[in-house]
Amino acid sequence: MIEVKKLVKRFGLKTILRGVDFSVEPGEFVALLGPNGSGKTTFLRILASLSRASMGSVKVAGYSLPNESAQVRAKLGVVTHMPLLYPDLTAEENLQFYARMYGITNFQSRITLVLEMVGLENRRKDLVRTFSRGMQQRLAIGRAVIHDPEVILFDEPYTGLDQDASEMLDDVLRTVAATGRTVVMTSHDLARAEDLATRFDILSRGVITATATQKELKKTNLLTFYKQALVE
Amino acid sequence: MSSAFRLPPSAAPRFLAKPTFFKATMAIVQKDLAAEFRSRELLSAMLVFSMLVILIFNFALELDIKVRQSVTAGVLWTTFAFAGTLGLNRSMAVEKDRGCLDGLLLAPVDRSAIFFGKAISNLAFMLIVEAIVLPLYALLYNEVRIFQPAFLGVILLGSIGYIAVGTLLSAMSVQTRTRDVLLPILLFPVAIPVLLASVKASGGLLNNATFAEILAPLNLLIVYDIVFIAVAFMVFDFVVEE
Repeated sequence: MIEVKKLVKRFGLKTILRGVDFSVEPGEFVALLGPNGSGKTTFLRILASLSRASMGSVKVAGYSLPNESAQVRAKLGVVTHMPLLYPDLTAEENLQFYARMYGITNFQSRITLVLEMVGLENRRKDLVRTFSRGMQQRLAIGRAVIHDPEVILFDEPYTGLDQDASEMLDDVLRTVAATGRTVVMTSHDLARAEDLATRFDILSRGVITATATQKELKKTNLLTFYKQALVE
Repeated sequence: MSSAFRLPPSAAPRFLAKPTFFKATMAIVQKDLAAEFRSRELLSAMLVFSMLVILIFNFALELDIKVRQSVTAGVLWTTFAFAGTLGLNRSMAVEKDRGCLDGLLLAPVDRSAIFFGKAISNLAFMLIVEAIVLPLYALLYNEVRIFQPAFLGVILLGSIGYIAVGTLLSAMSVQTRTRDVLLPILLFPVAIPVLLASVKASGGLLNNATFAEILAPLNLLIVYDIVFIAVAFMVFDFVVEE
């Protein structure tokens, strides 16, 4: 579903990603972990076609970037720590706008389904600026899945959420994963990543230093695995 | 709680059509207008600023009727240019500050549709401001000839050119930390031809110039509009990409 080979990203003289090799099978939930500045967000932005690789090849859902970026974007949903929503529009109007941008026909029924999924059907007519941070993040997930993407990228989705909102987001993420979608999530929250993901990749100083599946991790725990990978 | 989050199955009937350039452009225009008419942040700032500029000119110049007629085009275009810059900055900053620019860029449409959508809504805001400023100017300066159709046509042509180049440059400057300062610094030098041609053409119309006399600035306006719309269409994808 995702295939990245020898990916390099430079900003001027600074090299952020130094030859990343990464592949994800359909239906996998991969947690991409690493310290601040390791290049996680840059990596996800390249997968999302928001940034261009300096070197290397990237294929998402069978299409290569950057040449087939529109096809990739049609198969992709992205959730970041920012909700990408318009505060002066209602929840429904925000989803209507994105539905039109994705060419969705009969979007009213789709919007109702998505709002039910994220538990905001009773707030559909309320302005997004009146929503709590947690509600905005749930609506952001609704926005990201409005076009039924095959791949969903989550970049630090828990940033700024309180305990209750984080638990609600856990439920939404589990449901998304249960539908067989391919998910890549970056996070600093090892406990949540361990609970949700089926595979763990550690990105450190611009390279993937270790990979383990949930089964492989049963011999040890994620924190130990993470610390060892950073030392290596 | 989990049961509340039932995701529609992926095997649901197909509801996706290929988004068209026109539909995406219109979706952006509709979204911008709906958000602005609800918040009125951008329009009110542009309007108050324009009225202040007109008032300041009125008191500062204290001109007799004859001289007033000769400065009308200059005063109006200075006002429109400053107010337009304010609107251009704010319009793109709204997208950037909440990450919505990324939301637009993630849509599977030709990215120049984003340029056209933003440019049309920016133009609509500028025309609304102009529609309010012109009667105010006529009242303060006792100048009713600015309502002649040809004069309004020049204002439309000048506004299109100014917004076309302004939208492109605001997409560029919004990526920087000094965007508020950077946009006018980038925009005014590039917009000099359109502002000069607009002042010349509209001034000529007010001073009863013949059509042949205003043909050159009119041609320049039309060519400028076409060139900058074409340039923006071709380069917008590169401007917004990291």
